[in-house]
Amino acid sequence: MTTTQADISRQIEAAQDGVHEHQPRLDYPAYRSSILRHPTKALQPADPEGVELWAPCFGHSDVAEAEADLTIQHAGEPLGSRITVGGRVVDGDGRPVAHQLVEIWQANASGRYAHLRDQHPAPLDPNFTGQGRCLTDADGWYKFTTIQPGPYPWRNHLNAWRPAHIHFSLFGTDFTQRLVTQMYFPGDPLFPLDPIFQSVTDPKAREALIATYEHDLTSPEFSLGYRWDIVLTGSHRTPLDTDIEEPS
Amino acid sequence: MSAAPGQTVGPFFHIGLPYAGGNELVPPGRAGAIRLHGRVLDGDGVPVPDAMVEIWQADPEGKVCRAPGSLRRDGWTFTGFGRAATDPDGHYWFSTLEPGATQPGRPPFFAVTVFARGLLDRLFTRAYLPDPAGADPLLDAIESDRRGSVIATRDEQGLVFDIHLQGPRETVFLSFPKHRGVWA
Repeated sequence: MTTTQADISRQIEAAQDGVHEHQPRLDYPAYRSSILRHPTKALQPADPEGVELWAPCFGHSDVAEAEADLTIQHAGEPLGSRITVGGRVVDGDGRPVAHQLVEIWQANASGRYAHLRDQHPAPLDPNFTGQGRCLTDADGWYKFTTIQPGPYPWRNHLNAWRPAHIHFSLFGTDFTQRLVTQMYFPGDPLFPLDPIFQSVTDPKAREALIATYEHDLTSPEFSLGYRWDIVLTGSHRTPLDTDIEEPS
Repeated sequence: MSAAPGQTVGPFFHIGLPYAGGNELVPPGRAGAIRLHGRVLDGDGVPVPDAMVEIWQADPEGKVCRAPGSLRRDGWTFTGFGRAATDPDGHYWFSTLEPGATQPGRPPFFAVTVFARGLLDRLFTRAYLPDPAGADPLLDAIESDRRGSVIATRDEQGLVFDIHLQGPRETVFLSFPKHRGVWA
């Protein structure tokens, strides 16, 4: 039997009746690929120790400045609307996450990924790969120049469409803060229909995934600006430790 | 502060995350190099071909690495961080060094994170070296029939660590204190 959007929407609605959670529910059958891929046992509480209290270091030897501009990776200009996406990465105590790696990947303006497994018959753009990296500055700020990604169909159910998004990968100051998530664009009509977005059952927490249009980030005659600030979980190290270069 | 929710890496993370040499913390074959490898499996025991594993570890002396260079390795600096996507058989591998204990008397481990299409948020676990000796708060807290899921086994080239996302052999995954009450 074909699963329709109405079936999925019913499952999404049913999940809203429970406790509102701020992190995605791993057991979320409306996202059908999750059914055999979510742990069924409770997570084991652990106190971080050793390496877990530290995060990998990345530096300018790892990331070239030009990698933050996804529109200059090929000979020509990519198609679509150029955008600037910027914001600040802070930890759960509001401290900036400085000099840390931010990685992004995304579909092109037509909603197609430059990936062999993406069979959506929308055009590839020879001038757009959709991958970028940067390091946050001393105050936790990051900024990318890219192309507004398109929404795209996927095979979760009949007529399933993902809201436009940019994938983000982040590190904090300790390894337990590792985060991979997706940034969405304001006012997307696909939000209520999307099981991945709705797997975060708390509406306020979902809002934390949506960028805001910010005219101050818009460049005249060049690109529209979106602001997206990212809060990681708290660091388990005391602030003083961050001043120490070598752990003893 | 309200922590941003995670979201799945999806099926196309290969565009953005894996990179050349990501799984080679040391060049394979170098003196002391071991292979740490295994498979990521779903609840039916079927290999997951679109998963990604990251490891973060101390060096053999138990020192936490503070040197950059994991993305563009120079072949000499041990950075302690590696990233590997699974292949069509759900298999991943790292060429690395065995970590030492970061605290005297504690059994050494790799910190491990797991990502996959179909997995809505990353999972944390540990891969302890075989035959962990001495008291360990985490190992002691895990029921004996599940403890083996966080302990690597030895093979000819090094270490084997399979990750079961679900099922009778489900890996013990971890939560840390600051993961709780993340919404204030």
